[in-house]
Amino acid sequence: MSVLYGKPESLNDVPFTFCPGCTHGLTLKLVASVIDEMDMGDDTISVGCVGCGGYMPWFMNVDTIFSLHGRAPANATGVKRMNPDKLVFTYQGDGDLASIGTAEIIHAAHRGEKFTTIFVNNTTYGMTGGQMAPTTLIGQKTTTSPYGRDAGLCGQPLHICELLSTIDGAKYIERVAVDSPVSVRKAKKAIRKAFECQMAGAGFSLIEILSTCPTNWGMSPLESLERIRTEMIPAYPLGVFKDWEEGDK
Amino acid sequence: MKFNIIFNHEECKGCELCIPWCKFELISFDKSRLNKKGVHPAMIAHPEKCVGCGNCALMCPDAIITIEKTEEDRSQGKEG
Amino acid sequence: MTKVLMKGNEVIAEAALRAGCRAFFGYPITPQNEIPEYFAREMPLRNGTFIQAESEIAAMNMVMGASASGARAMTSTSGPGYCLKLEALAAMTLTRLPAVVVVVMRNGPAFGTMNAAQEDYRMNGNGGYKVVTFAPSTIQEAADMTFEAFDIADQYRNPVVILADGMIGQMMGSVDFDKLPAKREHLPEKTWALHGRGQRNGKSEFLFIAEGKNHYQEKYDAETILYPEIKANETSVEIVDVEDADIVMCAYGTAARMCVAAVEAIGSEVKLGLIRPRTLWPFPYETFGQIGDPCKAIICPEINIIGQMIDDVRIASAGRWPVHHVGDSATGPLTPDGIIEKVKEVWKEMKV
Repeated sequence: MSVLYGKPESLNDVPFTFCPGCTHGLTLKLVASVIDEMDMGDDTISVGCVGCGGYMPWFMNVDTIFSLHGRAPANATGVKRMNPDKLVFTYQGDGDLASIGTAEIIHAAHRGEKFTTIFVNNTTYGMTGGQMAPTTLIGQKTTTSPYGRDAGLCGQPLHICELLSTIDGAKYIERVAVDSPVSVRKAKKAIRKAFECQMAGAGFSLIEILSTCPTNWGMSPLESLERIRTEMIPAYPLGVFKDWEEGDK
Repeated sequence: MKFNIIFNHEECKGCELCIPWCKFELISFDKSRLNKKGVHPAMIAHPEKCVGCGNCALMCPDAIITIEKTEEDRSQGKEG
Repeated sequence: MTKVLMKGNEVIAEAALRAGCRAFFGYPITPQNEIPEYFAREMPLRNGTFIQAESEIAAMNMVMGASASGARAMTSTSGPGYCLKLEALAAMTLTRLPAVVVVVMRNGPAFGTMNAAQEDYRMNGNGGYKVVTFAPSTIQEAADMTFEAFDIADQYRNPVVILADGMIGQMMGSVDFDKLPAKREHLPEKTWALHGRGQRNGKSEFLFIAEGKNHYQEKYDAETILYPEIKANETSVEIVDVEDADIVMCAYGTAARMCVAAVEAIGSEVKLGLIRPRTLWPFPYETFGQIGDPCKAIICPEINIIGQMIDDVRIASAGRWPVHHVGDSATGPLTPDGIIEKVKEVWKEMKV
């Protein structure tokens, strides 16, 4: 008898405390199963963030440090420089990474820090109750854009993958989604590729994951997956933006 | 059965993310019971029809679905 | 080795290297630039890591990451950068991570000027944490305190701050690195250092709040166990002639050097004593009990306008003596002459 699908070893045996249908749990499962498949559980250090993604450390069964809002890439820089042989990743939401932590993420990429960032983009601040993020879509209603995001007042949504892929030190950048089993399998491959980029010592890697926040979007979990397809992917095109192996060819 | 499908019913949040991907529409909510969270947990109606594609387990955001491959000559697996 | 002549900032950097610091993260700000510059030169030669971070905030968070990985990590800054670092400093006290933060003070608020000052005495992050805070008054002391700071940080799993004023950072002085304090023994092993769970037979470590404790328990233990222990063990002060002094001065850092100059200048006219806190936290409150009956007043010279440490001096005095401030004036910073003038003024009032 063999387990085809189950809870990965690199997850703690505690239930996720995310809202019903929140794709954070799904994403953490992917990250943990990639760590298991690479047999890196004993040699991984994860760096948490502030926000719903900040629950990650409670669920991951790997060495972890809890990080201040937006500062995970700076923490991870310190961790990775002291642990050059280990697998180091940050797990950050869009408020954390694309707003308060823009300096840290850009300069981590700029220095070519050899860690991976899992960037969960659900176009809102989840934990604080659904405020507007830099990634909030035009017209999207949030508690701080109650009439819908206005590009004239708040700018256009910030495209992190496109932004970071202009930086030389960033070596693997891909945007994926978790709206269907097919997408989820692609997301898992992307995470693996990013971890391999890191372990090959190539440089900085980031996987942006288009995710849901059913609670703050005011949608059912299945409607939320539909919104990824109909609204988010058109605004945030999926694909590989930077691939160090392609560069070498 | 070729596969054991085990649902950790008590941790199911009833989010439905496991349901629509099953080609054989085997998964549904068990309306006959409520778990400690107060939801009708997801269940598999005819586990013998499962082909082990794993879509339900893959999409479950709470990792409550485990799929085990059994040895084919064993007639009965663990019902989940 | 004999004495060498070095700049205060470079002495601090060299002492840190000798204490085993192999991870430095900094950001340019006057008057501490010689510290990161020294590390930039030395770290590649001494198998260490130097990063010029994108910001003061990032530098401090890199220190946090390196410390979490078991390294002896350090950063340095001045007041405008220190306030940015407080976020991560507070986090490190909660997460119980050791590190050394050097603050070479300039005047403020905010940009202020680049003139040396003592204006960050009160600066503190959120949440009521405490960190051992050293105040060097000589170049040798800057070396000694920096060296010892790493042991103290490791011993208590709590950051240590070196609060040096710009004069200490910028002046040249003699230092003998063979006379550094003895290394502390039996420091706790860093079993919590993040190197992957494989280092702990598969048991993963989560650095945030100690396992099995809630937030209140962690803070309660810090306030009722850790901080009293540090107060009992680490309070450090220099006391000069307080038993029979007419006036006792209380000053730290460069202001304390000016007090020594004032004692010499005043001669036998007034009998002056000095209390010089070497640690600002824990503050040596109990030392004030040693002040003798002849004392009629306390003067607290500081390189700032109305005084900051003076509040602690008033608490320590508990109404037993009037406490006078002397410091910067509208024309410029505190000088020895300013202290002498203040002493004479207070002495004259007392005799009337």
